[in-house]
Amino acid sequence: MNIPRSPRRAAACALLSAAAVAAAGACGGADAGTGTGTGGDGLSGTVRVDGSSTVAPLSTAAAQLFQQHHPGVRITVGTSGTGGGFEKLCNGETDIADASRKITAEEQAHCAEKGVAYGELRIANDGLSVVVSKDNDFADCLTVEQLHRIWEPGSRVDNWNQVDAAFPDVALELFGPGPDSGTFDYFTHAVNGGEGRSRTDYSPSEDDNVTVRGVSGSEGGMGYFGLSYYEENKDELRLLEIDGGNGCVAPTRTTVQNGTYRPLSRPLLIYPSAAALDRREVEAFVEAYVDDSADIARAAQFVPLGPGQEAELRRDLARLREERTP
Amino acid sequence: MIPTAVTSDPPGVPRLAGRGTPLRERFFRLGLRASLAVGVLFLAGLLTYVVVEGWPRLDAKLWTNFPDIIDPSRAGARSAITGTVWVISLTALYCLPTGVLTAVYLEEYADRDRWWNRAIEINIQNLAAVPSIVYGILGLGVISRGLGFGQTVLTASLTLSLLVLPIVIISSREAIRAVPQSIRQASLSLGATRWQTIRRQVLPAAVPGMATGSILALSRAIGEAAPLLLLGGLTFITFNPTGVHSQFTVLPIQIFNWISQSRAEFTALASAAIVVLLVILLLMNSLAIWLRNHFTHRW
Repeated sequence: MNIPRSPRRAAACALLSAAAVAAAGACGGADAGTGTGTGGDGLSGTVRVDGSSTVAPLSTAAAQLFQQHHPGVRITVGTSGTGGGFEKLCNGETDIADASRKITAEEQAHCAEKGVAYGELRIANDGLSVVVSKDNDFADCLTVEQLHRIWEPGSRVDNWNQVDAAFPDVALELFGPGPDSGTFDYFTHAVNGGEGRSRTDYSPSEDDNVTVRGVSGSEGGMGYFGLSYYEENKDELRLLEIDGGNGCVAPTRTTVQNGTYRPLSRPLLIYPSAAALDRREVEAFVEAYVDDSADIARAAQFVPLGPGQEAELRRDLARLREERTP
Repeated sequence: MIPTAVTSDPPGVPRLAGRGTPLRERFFRLGLRASLAVGVLFLAGLLTYVVVEGWPRLDAKLWTNFPDIIDPSRAGARSAITGTVWVISLTALYCLPTGVLTAVYLEEYADRDRWWNRAIEINIQNLAAVPSIVYGILGLGVISRGLGFGQTVLTASLTLSLLVLPIVIISSREAIRAVPQSIRQASLSLGATRWQTIRRQVLPAAVPGMATGSILALSRAIGEAAPLLLLGGLTFITFNPTGVHSQFTVLPIQIFNWISQSRAEFTALASAAIVVLLVILLLMNSLAIWLRNHFTHRW
């Protein structure tokens, strides 16, 4: 399978297609010139993607860009959670699993038992941001240790002066995602050393917008969610720097990409099933996903891969291809 | 004093005229009005909110376009609207006959002295209180994987049918019970068989009550997102269902998905989709009201 043309150009063409028909025509012309195949390039079939709701916007954007060039291919994206996505992948019900964490040993065993082989591709980065209200003018940086004391199970910290003696007497109000969310799993894993280990007396919501409103409306409010949600709501919130042992680091695209914002940056992954990759439409979709990963990440408001990560992604895809053609 | 009190009553209602209105009665009426106001004001507030929020996006694109995550201004809910219509129509097709026939059996044929009939009744009442996510798990395990129907319109409508079946049964039983016993006796005494009595007298008379109950049941089904998410209802799909074995999404899933996006345009889109969902619900309700008026008998 060859890549028809510069991925940048393909994506730019797709993104610019305000008038979908006109743009499809223009891009189609480029297609024919490089010889991908016939007219609408003949690809057809269905690609089923399911899994993490965090990764779903990436897969959705990828699907949308892909379908503009391959109208015959139907791509569906579901959000039954990272765990649910792996379960469906291993049951042979889907072709690609979206995941906001790596597959666990238990899930690997389940897949092996069903005889389903799969690849693992890192397609973007996600940074978690810890935010406070605009009215909070005393906290700039917290250590992971302080975060842990606030969020550990059974924590009794309910005032900022318990977090740091230098902070004033302001009641601490906590907001965050509910326990079904991948963000919750990731934060509790990174901060409390175990997925799901968290105090329970905070205001949980699966909707990050609720967290934004809660934190911005309370002087002592604190919450956490993906960096993109902070960027959407810059005017209402203040971002905290995090000290993961090497000094205070603010989450930015750069620090999330190069991994210096620790421990609250994470990989976003897709797991295509090997059997599905034998189908041309799935293979073409995964290749387009990898080639356009930067544009897709931008469209879905995640942090794109850095140059080193991008090279690694291409190596992983190449290896996956080799494994399948012995 | 007394004349004004009398004219304030609806005509034809006999009233025992006393001296003034007792304080207790005034409080009682105040309580009635306050309770009514809670429901009506809340609904009015909710409607105003979603219409105002969704107004910028209540355009033709909402039902002609498919979801679009890159450009919210071009996104629509076409696949969700057609999916909802498919799933709800099939749900009605599966659960209404089953529910009505079960109700007929329980009311007209079942011998209440037998323990198993009482056990069935208790079970049905308990089933009505089971959380919908449990039906989602059942649908995924038994219908989707066990029967091998997969993540399809068929699985979704069968699961929703199971979910609302108890409501249909209970309301249909109430409607059948409300048909006066004298009607049955008259029919039987004229030589009609039991089947003819049920077919020609009891069921037509019970249609209004059944229609009301069924619409309540389907209204619940149309708003469900949780069990369908579990069954593999999709958040991104750019084609309409083509049959019962097609993949699908429904409006509540689409709304849930849009609301949890960070961009404000998607929130407006979600409100607009809520308005569409309410309109579909209203159309269904109108149909039920028409049915009720059409079939209402006076004895």
